[in-house]
Amino acid sequence: MNRLPLPRFCITLGAIVASLTAFPAHAQLEVDINGGIAQPMPIAIPSMPTPSTVSTPAGDTAALGQRVSDVITNDLKNSGLFNPLPKSALANVPFSQANAPDFIFWGQSGAQALVQGFVQAAADGKITVGCYLYDVLGKVELTRQGFEVVPAQWRRAAHKCADTVYSRLTGEGPYFDSKVVYVSETGPKQNRIKRLAIMDQDGANHRFLTNGQSIVLTPRFAPNQQTITYMSYAGDRPRIYVYNVGTGQQRLVVDQPNMTFAPRFSPDGKYVVFSMSVGGNTDIYRVSASGGTPQRLTTSPGIDTAASYSPDGSKIVFESDRSGGQQLYVMNADGSNQNRISYGGGRYATPVWSPRGDMIAFTKLGGGFAVGVMGTDGSGEKILTNGWQDEGPSWSPNGRVIMFFRTGQGSGKADLWSVDLTGVNERPVPTPLDGSDPAWGPLLP
Amino acid sequence: MARSMLNVALVSALVLTAACTKKKVEDLPPPPAAAPTPAPEAPAPAPSNTTIPGSRADFMQQAGTDTVHFATDSSDVDSEAQSILSRQAQWLAKFPNVAVTIEGHADERGTREYNLALGDRRANSAKNFLVQAGVSASRISVISYGKERPVAAGSDEGSWAQNRRAVTVVPQ
Repeated sequence: MNRLPLPRFCITLGAIVASLTAFPAHAQLEVDINGGIAQPMPIAIPSMPTPSTVSTPAGDTAALGQRVSDVITNDLKNSGLFNPLPKSALANVPFSQANAPDFIFWGQSGAQALVQGFVQAAADGKITVGCYLYDVLGKVELTRQGFEVVPAQWRRAAHKCADTVYSRLTGEGPYFDSKVVYVSETGPKQNRIKRLAIMDQDGANHRFLTNGQSIVLTPRFAPNQQTITYMSYAGDRPRIYVYNVGTGQQRLVVDQPNMTFAPRFSPDGKYVVFSMSVGGNTDIYRVSASGGTPQRLTTSPGIDTAASYSPDGSKIVFESDRSGGQQLYVMNADGSNQNRISYGGGRYATPVWSPRGDMIAFTKLGGGFAVGVMGTDGSGEKILTNGWQDEGPSWSPNGRVIMFFRTGQGSGKADLWSVDLTGVNERPVPTPLDGSDPAWGPLLP
Repeated sequence: MARSMLNVALVSALVLTAACTKKKVEDLPPPPAAAPTPAPEAPAPAPSNTTIPGSRADFMQQAGTDTVHFATDSSDVDSEAQSILSRQAQWLAKFPNVAVTIEGHADERGTREYNLALGDRRANSAKNFLVQAGVSASRISVISYGKERPVAAGSDEGSWAQNRRAVTVVPQ
């Protein structure tokens, strides 16, 4: 389909707006990301002006200016850390003020931070999005970025701008410019139709990848985001596949008669770790992503499954019922040194190692199903959600937000949700149909 | 066995809309009968001339049910399941050319991956019982559907008990 080459992002803004003066960044304006109950920071994100209205395949540059600011507003609001001013409180910013804000007006608006910018037609049919962040009370510029994209990718420029603002004010890594692959669901509970689907982190640019003829489960991105590994019941044989997003081609990973499932890529993309059931016994294996003979990593007579690599690739966390109920274990990537890390009440399942390496997200099965996090040694357990059935966590690229799916009692209908590490900012993720098994991909380059 | 082997054509959204307007999910087995008819008390009368010996209908008539149930998080074959599987084994002994598939299922109160493994465990428990009862292992294939294909739609103990099952599927 329309696989566009990745844009050469991040241009130097000074080259475009020559009159800009760089101010030294002051760190007085900061968002406390761990506060949880602290008030979100008031921020103004007015429509971005254009020096001259030029038509593009994605709309003219004036209309894009409004849409870019809308996407930035939505991203920052959804993070739970910012409180964007309503449109009625915003001023119309002329292009001449794009990098010279009216600090008196914005100071009276109640905003503490201000995001301004512009959308300008560039060479080769591209557009340039300028992005400036100001400390309103300090009356200083905090950071600036410019993004040159083909018009069809205008949303990516907006996400990059929101990421710039988020990172500068929180000190955390960016995550808005990223994609999610998940399982779209429809139909009655006894016969759900499941299709792989891919979309931007905010639900935009939604696209189905499979047609629903076979059940598909548990998709996971490769680190390069060009391939997805998942399980499919194609031909009534439940096995894992690797799917190329660019070409639409898919390939069986391990060709043998047993059920293979719960696949996940290693951080370098060279291996797929997965589970295989042989005669009723499930163990964890790994295989080269290009195929070959699987290497067995666990040998317990119990169910060992849901393996997930540490970001440095040296360890694997997984669940096993070898002690009776499901619990979490960590082992070396070659299968040696298997140690249990979960000891709380109830059962623990579907562990996922944080991309920052410091935490493991999991599903906890007690009275209900909840999503929680713990340290990699099992310490500091914290439950983040409380639904009838919350399951299958996946980390945002910066390790601050977790996406999961929530199944309704009785209806069996599942939906995607996100929650941040404070546990207070829980919100639904928009999908056209029902959704389950989300996998949040890495930050786009 | 003759379920259509649809390949996993991965198609563009456009083709997909067309594909989905016709009949859906043709590669999945039909759900087993929701309420299995109990085995007749009296010896069954001579099979009516509509039941073909060796067919699925014949199997259902003779074995009484194609389904055995399991306790929560268990793949143990209890005494009730044993008597059902014994009847299934007797029927299979009469028709040595029939190959079957045992589907293993779990209730919704487990995580997806674990339930796939649990369904596989249950299907293999039923298979192992049939093999010990004399059915050749080469005649039995297994497939786990985890929690993907419940027969009872409720979120209650009664529905979950129905969904924790292994189903012996005889070709039509």
